[in-house]
Amino acid sequence: MELVLALAIGVLTGSGVWLLLRPRSFQVIIGLSLLSYAVNLFIFVMGWVRGGVAPIVEAGKVVDPSRFADPLPQALVLTAIVISFAMTALLLVVLLAARGLTGTDHVDGREPDE
Amino acid sequence: MNHLVVIPIVLPLAMGALMLLFDERRHALKAALSSLSVLLLLATAIALLRAADGEPVRVYPLGDWPAPFGIVLVADRLSALMVLLAAVLALAALAFSLARWHRAGPRFHALLQFLLMGLNGAFLTGDLFNLFVFFELLLAASYALTLHGSGTARVRASLHYIAINLTASLLFLIGAALIYGVAGTLNMADLAVRIPGIPGSERVLLEAGAAILGVAFLVKAGMWPLGFWLPTTYAAASAPAAALFAILSKVGVYAVLRLWLLFFVDGTGGELLLYGGMVTLAFGLTGVLASQGLARLAGYSLLVSSGTLLAVIGTGDTAATAAALYYLVASTLGVGALYLLIELVERAREPGADILAVTAAAFLGADEEPAPEEEVGVAIPASMALLGLSFACCALLLAGLPPLPAFVAKLALLGALLAPDPVPPAAWALLALLSLSGLAAIIAMGRAGVRIFWATQRSVPRVRVIEMAPVAVLLGLCFALTVAAAPAMRYLQDTAQALHAPRAYIEGVLEK
Repeated sequence: MELVLALAIGVLTGSGVWLLLRPRSFQVIIGLSLLSYAVNLFIFVMGWVRGGVAPIVEAGKVVDPSRFADPLPQALVLTAIVISFAMTALLLVVLLAARGLTGTDHVDGREPDE
Repeated sequence: MNHLVVIPIVLPLAMGALMLLFDERRHALKAALSSLSVLLLLATAIALLRAADGEPVRVYPLGDWPAPFGIVLVADRLSALMVLLAAVLALAALAFSLARWHRAGPRFHALLQFLLMGLNGAFLTGDLFNLFVFFELLLAASYALTLHGSGTARVRASLHYIAINLTASLLFLIGAALIYGVAGTLNMADLAVRIPGIPGSERVLLEAGAAILGVAFLVKAGMWPLGFWLPTTYAAASAPAAALFAILSKVGVYAVLRLWLLFFVDGTGGELLLYGGMVTLAFGLTGVLASQGLARLAGYSLLVSSGTLLAVIGTGDTAATAAALYYLVASTLGVGALYLLIELVERAREPGADILAVTAAAFLGADEEPAPEEEVGVAIPASMALLGLSFACCALLLAGLPPLPAFVAKLALLGALLAPDPVPPAAWALLALLSLSGLAAIIAMGRAGVRIFWATQRSVPRVRVIEMAPVAVLLGLCFALTVAAAPAMRYLQDTAQALHAPRAYIEGVLEK
């Protein structure tokens, strides 16, 4: 399980960084999305991966923490997903505006050979 | 319970949300609400500052859950000072925008309120993840404010700005997650308690996390080589937005100051800040000399002030930190005033008059301003003289010459840097760079001033009182800061001491 998650994070980050460095604005936005997926998985993994256990503790009982999943990273991931979703949407709008105003989808707003 | 601490966050949130309900035809109402909110914020910030001076750490548990399990807001001297600084700048920018800019695009006032909410939240929070959320809030508002007024140059600059800051936010998350994974908490005070007890093997991971977190902050502070986006973006933004952004780069500096001194009392990573800051300073002063437009000059001045602050903080000396804080206040007010002034000065000139023809195509899009309809208002007589006087004040401030507070700050800095015996070589290098940066600022500002005020016959710009007043107030505050240097320095020395010995902060938050 750890190996699968680590590979997924690595592949997503690698692809994300590569796309982020590309000159077309659409590639940049996809790269940022992939990177945010990688980061979300990464936060999740930081709470340690345990299968088949709930993050809910019964009230009034002394419990063994090793038998429960850490609920905090899940809450953090949820917040991070919402924020990165909103920011990507905002970037998409700016990207479209830039495409319309400059007439090119190069990230600098003009083709390099012009 | 004292709810004073939460007001700077709740008030702009409520006001901003309320303003979203009205459409653009009600701009007079929105302007009134916005002014009311910022004035109340200013009053709250002053109250916070006075309270923080008496009772150094004031903790506000959100939802009444005790730290470290719940999220807390913490108001200490540094937070209160930054909240006050944000409120002052916001008031100046808002007053300036009321003349014409607030109608150049939709939802200016609501965005201003949300930006203030993010800023105040970032200054007041005592929780690492909450810091991330407030960073995102203020960044989201700043993206929209960069775009305020629209135009090709703004859209193009903000595309870079958003992409870079989104990447920085992802780094922030990675850093915060690593720190949580190792230390098991996100409460800043709790982290400060736990970090010294972390064994060596895991400490490497923690330091890596802190370094990644640091990169995210340094992108905001504009440290070389992470700050190339800053001058272009701020030059493209509309004048009131750019004036407000003068404090955005200080948020990065604030976060570094707060977290670094809290987490690494032994000063791990100080050299990196020192040398990084010095390189930023060198890059900034080169940029100041090389920039052909005033707005870019102001942007590079911001880099100079960021570099100075980071380098001085990196020395890890209490007296130097106090001087750096004094410099932070002075330079933020000064650069804010300069951004407002630039728009007034440039108003009567042809666009790009001071840019060489070769580079004009690279920096200027075709249509910069949406050209709001000419206001019918009383033009101030002798406005040129007033503008020139303000410009000279800004030049003196950036160069660190008397009688403006940057001079007092630099004097205090020199004193602090030369105090150890023998003086380390890095301190000498920093001294040289500081003096050079002053020289570069005076040369560049002098050159620009001659070109603007003396060299050309030109029409007098129409400047309204409400546009001139914020500049005058900001510069007046700078003068007041010089006059009241003794009490201000006393407050800032207390602040620096509390930062370098964070026991009171930790005990205050964890209620030990």
